[in-house]
Amino acid sequence: MNAPAAPSSLIGARVTRKEDYRFLTGAGQYTDDVALPNQAYAAFVRSPHAHAVVKKISSEKAKKAPGVIAVFTGEDLAGAKVGGLPCGWLITDVNGQPMKEPPHPCLAQGKVRYVGDHVAVVIAETLDQAQDAAELVKVDYEELPAVTDARSATAAARKAKPIHDIAPDNTCYVWALGDKAAVDSAFSKASHVTKLEFVNNRLVPNAIEPRAAIGAYSRADDAYTLYVSSQNPHVERLLMTAFVLGLPEHKVRVVAPDVGGGFGSKIYLYAEDVVVTWASKQLNRPVKWTSDRSEAFLSDAHGRDHVTVAELALDKDGKFLAMRVKTTANLGAYLSTFASCIPTILYATLLAGQYTTPLIHCEVTAVFTNTTPVDAYRGAGRPEATYVVERLVETAARELKIDPAELRRRNFIRSFPYQTPVALQYDTGNYDATLDAALELSDQKNFEKRKAESLKNNKLRGIGYAAYIEACGIAPSAVAGSLGARAGLFEAGEIRVHPTGSVTVFTGSHSHGQGHETTFAQVVADRLGMPIENVSIVHGDTSKILFGMGTYGSRSIAVGGTAIVKALDKVIAKGRKIAAHLLEASEADIEYDKGEFKVAGTDRKKMFGEVAFAAYVPHNYPHDKLEPGLNENAFYDPANFTFPAGTYICEVEVDRDTGSVKVDRFTAVDDFGKIINPMIVEGQVHGGLTQGIGQALTEGCRYDAASGQLLTGSMMDYCLPRAGDVPMFQIDTRETPCTHNPLGVKGCGEAGAIGAPAAVMNALTDALGVKDIAMPATAQTVWKHLQEKSHARV
Amino acid sequence: MTIKVSMKVNGKPVAAEVEARTLLVTYIRENLRLTGTHVGCDTAQCGACTVLMNGRAIKSCSIVAMQAEGADIMTIEGVAKPDGTLHPMQAAFKENHGLQCGFCTPGMVMNALDFARSHPNPTDQEVREALEGNLCRCTGYHNIVKSIVAGAKAMGGKL
Repeated sequence: MNAPAAPSSLIGARVTRKEDYRFLTGAGQYTDDVALPNQAYAAFVRSPHAHAVVKKISSEKAKKAPGVIAVFTGEDLAGAKVGGLPCGWLITDVNGQPMKEPPHPCLAQGKVRYVGDHVAVVIAETLDQAQDAAELVKVDYEELPAVTDARSATAAARKAKPIHDIAPDNTCYVWALGDKAAVDSAFSKASHVTKLEFVNNRLVPNAIEPRAAIGAYSRADDAYTLYVSSQNPHVERLLMTAFVLGLPEHKVRVVAPDVGGGFGSKIYLYAEDVVVTWASKQLNRPVKWTSDRSEAFLSDAHGRDHVTVAELALDKDGKFLAMRVKTTANLGAYLSTFASCIPTILYATLLAGQYTTPLIHCEVTAVFTNTTPVDAYRGAGRPEATYVVERLVETAARELKIDPAELRRRNFIRSFPYQTPVALQYDTGNYDATLDAALELSDQKNFEKRKAESLKNNKLRGIGYAAYIEACGIAPSAVAGSLGARAGLFEAGEIRVHPTGSVTVFTGSHSHGQGHETTFAQVVADRLGMPIENVSIVHGDTSKILFGMGTYGSRSIAVGGTAIVKALDKVIAKGRKIAAHLLEASEADIEYDKGEFKVAGTDRKKMFGEVAFAAYVPHNYPHDKLEPGLNENAFYDPANFTFPAGTYICEVEVDRDTGSVKVDRFTAVDDFGKIINPMIVEGQVHGGLTQGIGQALTEGCRYDAASGQLLTGSMMDYCLPRAGDVPMFQIDTRETPCTHNPLGVKGCGEAGAIGAPAAVMNALTDALGVKDIAMPATAQTVWKHLQEKSHARV
Repeated sequence: MTIKVSMKVNGKPVAAEVEARTLLVTYIRENLRLTGTHVGCDTAQCGACTVLMNGRAIKSCSIVAMQAEGADIMTIEGVAKPDGTLHPMQAAFKENHGLQCGFCTPGMVMNALDFARSHPNPTDQEVREALEGNLCRCTGYHNIVKSIVAGAKAMGGKL
C-alpha cells in the first residue's frame, strides 16, 4: 500500500484554524469584553412610536438620577454641528434625477420615524444607572399615521404626511435597467409566459454578538479611539470623520476587535457609534454602549423586504426569450449606509442568472416606510434576484411539463466571457458541471421512491432546484463609481517580513468568523514556502493597517487575498535583488522556490530568512540600488466581479397533519473557483444554507400595520433556525478558476443564503402541488394552506 | 440594595458585594472579568451565557448571582487543562471546525460538556435535540453536531 503523499501545497489543505484556541478557551476579545479605565455607560432613549413629532424632551429628572453624568438630545448634537449619517451610494432615477436623500440624524431632530429611532442618550457611572435613568427621560410625542408595508407607502404619503418632506410620495427613487420596449415586444411574441407575484420577506440579521461601541477621547493627544463591532473599521472611520464629526482621520483610530458575526449588519455606520465617540470628548472619559438583543431587533439594519411581480417569456422549445421584473423595495425609515444599491445594482444585474435570456427589464421603486432601515444582509440583492429567477424557471418547467434540470440545460450560458443584458460580464463558469454533480450527489434518480415512502407515512415529499449565480469580489472601483458608489472598493495588504524571516501580514479585510487568520496565512506561507506558524495575520485596527474597505460581498479572498499576493510578489522581487547581491549572481538568474532563492541551474542558494536578515542587518548589501528592510504593501482594485455559481437541490417532507416542513435532504454543489481551505469553505456554505433555509421556512420580520410596532422583536418571536431545523448537508465543489485574479478565487461567503431559499420553496411548492406559497412557510402557513385545500376539495 | 455573594468559580473561591438584581452572567463578566461567557440575547434563547453550575449546564443570564450562593461554577475559562491543553470537547470543536465567529462557542462547549457526560456515544439526532437551547448563526450546526459527537466519544462519559 502506498503511503498518502504529503500535501505539496497549503492551497487546498484542510488546515485547522489559528483563531480557534482563543475562542475555545474564552480568550476572544469582543468589543463588550473591552473595559477601559473610568468608562461610563450609555443607554439610548428610543422612540416607542413608528411616526411622531417630538414636541418636547424633558431630561431634568434623568439628569438628577443616581450616577447620571449627562443626557444628550438631538439639540445638543445639532448645536455641536454633528452631522447626519451619510449614504454611500447615489442612485439616479429613471428621470435622471438623484435619489431622495433625507437627513439621517444620529439623535432625532423634531421627528421620529420608526420604533427604536434614537431620541436621546443617557450616560451614567454604571449600566444599570444609565438604563434606569433612560426611563426617566420624558418625551412628548404627537403621533402621526405610520406605514410599514412597501406596497402602501406611496398611498400612505398621499393620505397622511410623508415620512420625509424631501420625498413627498415616500419614494426614494424609481430606477430601471434594461430595454423595456424590446422586452415588451419579446413578451408579445412568446409562446408561453410564466408569471409570479411574491414577497421576499424582511429578515433580521441576528449576529449572535450584539453590536457594541466604546468611544474614548484622549485629551493628551486630542485624539479618539472607537472600539466597535464592525466589518470594516476604515470605512467606519472615513464616514464618521469626513461626513459626521468633521474630524481629520489621523485623529481617530477605529478598532474592530473580535467580532461575533456580521452578515452585513455590521458594515454600516450607526448612530450609536457616532454618539459614544462624540460624547467621550464632551465628558473626557470613555463611553461604552452595548446593544441588548431587543435593541438589536429595533436598530440593526434589516434585510430583503421586496414585493415583486416577475414574468418569464419562453418560446415553444423552452428557450428563455425575456424577463420582466417589477419590484417595490422597502428601505425603511432612513437610508442606511449602502441601502440604495442593494435593490438595484446588486439585484437587477443578477437577473440573467446562469441563462442566456437575451432581454431583461427590471424596474425598482424604493420607498421609505416607518420601519428599521434596510440594508445588505448576507447575499444582499443577490438572494432576491436568485429567488426571482429560480422560482420563475422552476415554475415554467412545471407549467411546460419539462424536467426542471432539462429546462435549465436548454438555457445555460456555455460560452465565456459572456455579456449579460444587465450590465455584468461573466468571466467564466461551468453550470453543467455543478448541475450534473448535484443531481448525482442528491440521488435525484431515486426521488420518486422516497416520495412514495413518505406518502406511506402521510407525508408529502417535494424536490426543488436552484441554480444560482452571484457577483462577488466587490468591486472594480471605476465600475462601481459609474454606478453611483461614493467609495472605492479596492483592498489593501501589507507584508512585514521580520529580520529573522517570520512574517506579519496586515489586511484591510476583516474576519468576523470567516477564518482569515488561517486562510490568508495559508496563502502567504504557501507563496513564501514557509511553515504556516511563521505567519500572523492582523486585521481590524486602523492604527495598524494602512487602509481597508472591509469584508462584505464575499470579497475578502478575491480582493483582500489578491492585495496580499501582490504585496508578496513585491517582497519576492526585492528578495531576488538582495539574493542576487549575496550570491554574486545576476538578478535575472535568481529563482524563488519553496523558501529558497536559487541561482538557476546551480546549487547556490540563500534561504528566505537569510535574505530577510540581510535586509535588516545590511552589512553586505547593495545600498546603491536598494533600501534596507523587507516590508511591502499593495492595493488591489479588481478588474471585474467574480461569479461563483452552483446548483442546490432540496427535498422537503411536509407533515399533512401539522403542516410542519422538514428539510430532509439538501445538496449543494458550488463553483467557488480555487479553494484555499475546503474545511472553512464548507463551513461557510453550511452557515449560508441555514440562513437561506431560515428565510424560506422560519424567519419573517413582522410589523403591526396599524401601529408600526415591531411584532417580532425578540428571539422568542423571530424564529432563527435551531439545530433541529436543518439536516446534515451534502456538499461538494467544482472548480473553474476565476480568470482575473492570481489566486483564481471567487469567494464563498454568501452562496448558501443566495441559493437556498429558492431551492427550498421550489421543493415545498412541488410537495404541495401549488404555484406559490409565502415565505416563511411556517407550519402554520402550510397547515392553513392544507386545510383550505382539503375544504376546497369537499 | 446590595448583597454579598460567594461561590467557587473554576475551582477558586470568590466573593463580592453586588446589587441584588445582578445576574450571574453579569457577575461573571463584570466583577470577575471572565469575559468568555457571552450575552447574546435578553430572553434566555441563545445559550451564549451557558456555564456549569454544580456540574449542570445552566443559562447564567437566567438567574441572579445570589442564586448561585455557595455553588460550584465552571466557565469556559476553566475547561482547558491548567497547562493550556484543550479539553477533548474543545479539541473536537477545533478538529471539526465547529466554530466560526466564536461568540456562541463557549455556550455550545459548556452545554456539550454536560450533555456528553450522560451521552458518551450520541447520535446526530440526540445532539441536535440537546442543542435546542443554543443558537449559532454561523455554522449551520453541521460541524457543531460533528464536534459534539466526536467530543463525547473522546470524553467517554467523564468530564
